[in-house]
Amino acid sequence: MPEQTIPATYKIEEVKKRREILELPIAGPGDQPIKVNIGPSHPAMHGTIKMIAELVGESIVNIDVEPGFLHRGFEKMMEDHNYVTALPYTDRLNYVSAMINNFGYAETIEKLFGIEVTERCAWLRTLFAELSRVTDHYTCQAAICSEIGAMTPFLYLMQARDYIWEHLNWASGARQTYSYARIGGLARDIPDGWLGKLKEILDSNIPLLKDIHGLMDRNRIFLDRTQGVGEISKEDAINAGITGPFLRSTGIDYDVRKAMPYHKYAEVDWEVPVGKYGDNYDRWFVRMREIEESLKICYQCIERIPSGPLNVDAFQAHLPDKAEVYDNIEGLINHFKIIIDGPKPPKGSIYHCVEGSNGELGFFLVSDGSGHAYRLHVRAPSLMIMGQLDKIIIGHQLADIIPIFGTVNMVGGECDR
Amino acid sequence: MSQQIPGLPDMTYIDREKRTFLDQIYFWEITRGILITTKHFFRNMAKWLTFRKGGVVILYPEEMRPDYSQNNRGRHILVQRSDGSPRCVACKMCATNCPAECITIVAEESDDSNIQKRPKVFEIDVSRCIFCGFCVEACPVDAIRMAPTTEELAGYNRFRMIYDKKTLMTWKPTVNDDVVHGYNP
Ligand code: SF4
Ligand code: SF4
Repeated sequence: MPEQTIPATYKIEEVKKRREILELPIAGPGDQPIKVNIGPSHPAMHGTIKMIAELVGESIVNIDVEPGFLHRGFEKMMEDHNYVTALPYTDRLNYVSAMINNFGYAETIEKLFGIEVTERCAWLRTLFAELSRVTDHYTCQAAICSEIGAMTPFLYLMQARDYIWEHLNWASGARQTYSYARIGGLARDIPDGWLGKLKEILDSNIPLLKDIHGLMDRNRIFLDRTQGVGEISKEDAINAGITGPFLRSTGIDYDVRKAMPYHKYAEVDWEVPVGKYGDNYDRWFVRMREIEESLKICYQCIERIPSGPLNVDAFQAHLPDKAEVYDNIEGLINHFKIIIDGPKPPKGSIYHCVEGSNGELGFFLVSDGSGHAYRLHVRAPSLMIMGQLDKIIIGHQLADIIPIFGTVNMVGGECDR
Repeated sequence: MSQQIPGLPDMTYIDREKRTFLDQIYFWEITRGILITTKHFFRNMAKWLTFRKGGVVILYPEEMRPDYSQNNRGRHILVQRSDGSPRCVACKMCATNCPAECITIVAEESDDSNIQKRPKVFEIDVSRCIFCGFCVEACPVDAIRMAPTTEELAGYNRFRMIYDKKTLMTWKPTVNDDVVHGYNP
């Protein structure tokens, strides 16, 4: 082998390490494992994540899961911007269900202020959060289908998701990154006739869900690739701090919406679906059932949204109405104060959690009385799952990584922040 | 037990020990699957033949979207007064409220004695903009709005993505004082 020329900038230890890796036999004799790098930018990894798998034949004997490639300094950004301008950053956490993040963040600050949102706002938030959850689960289920080889359900689900997103665009002004919540309310009221149209869209989803059930539920390829693959026990899931559909798939009915009801979840009629073994199939089953439950909540919300004021009257927390700004000097001063200094909640720290589509999404906020957060930590549900992913994958085949990774539904934006 | 939505099938849990013979032989299920996809195919075909939209796909650039939501936050517009000057008074509220910090404003003294300031430079770096609409919300004189469309928001390099005052004012010249248009909370 000819001498390799080594760039001068490499450190000696690094070079030694690289040589060691290079000298590993490619197809080892006997049971010598082979190292395979998957990711960070790989079509099979949806999200930037790197996995270094050690294979014997096709079985995985060891795997190293490395998230963190999408780190954008989210928490520092939140400390740098004031409470109002930090809101669009929460859209980019779990970008498939941005409404839930918006509302979680806004509610954290509302709690600090001691503001209670109006009835109408609470009902609308419940509706939007559930719609977001439906679209998130659609996306996840679609990804699982396409990864297992069923491209048709993928397209059907994506189409259904897009109808809901387009409809949310009419209310909020964007398809995906809504920035719809405000401290003490919502950015704007829903347009006239929006709810009626929404009902039609949801009605059209029901036969579609029926078709998805028909295509996937009893298909043997699907069952063989999901049942008994990627199992996790109840104890492991709890010890790792896993929440959401992942935890519920093991048979524990912990749901933030039931355990600590926020919005209007205590007043609507729904149940928490649970699985049995915590394998891929159970995660699929729980998500599928959750879509049904979410649709049920949506229908109830549409019936029960009351009329009345949308935003609370809290001049210290959110921008005044435009009419106030144009015609009233006090309104104008208030407007300028909030934009320049940001809303100033009292000193203190607070933790508030909502049920994100992947689990408990928590915001821990420390306020020093100024217009921006002193510290804001986000408890991202995907991150906890990543801690356990290696234990779930070890022992399975290389091809099983893909469905397992699909059903855990890791969202890079939320996991790495 | 809570109420079921009518029409929605109650999904049955398939235990791995209790799969039926029909599940195991696979052919019955694949036939059923093909029937479902064929049904979708003919339904979409019928829609297409009767000039309705079957899917959600747009054949961009040949086809432009006619059905943008009227509230969609697209390109920025600087609203003009009736004499063609920008309505903006260079108060820099929008630049302060912009989360992406992509608005640059340089103020100068206005000729009109009723208006103190006007913008000499007003630039939005659209490649950094996240289209959150906070600038529209922050403006105290309703001088900046967002049109629902996003077409032509492209450039060959990043410097072409910085739109100056003239572009922002003229790419929808019909927008003036009297027209309420686009995202405007
Ligand atoms: S839309 Fe948002 S990011 Fe874009 S210029 Fe306005 S405030 Fe800045
Ligand atoms: S907030 Fe309105 S008036 Fe003030 S600088 Fe921006 S566009 Fe001009």
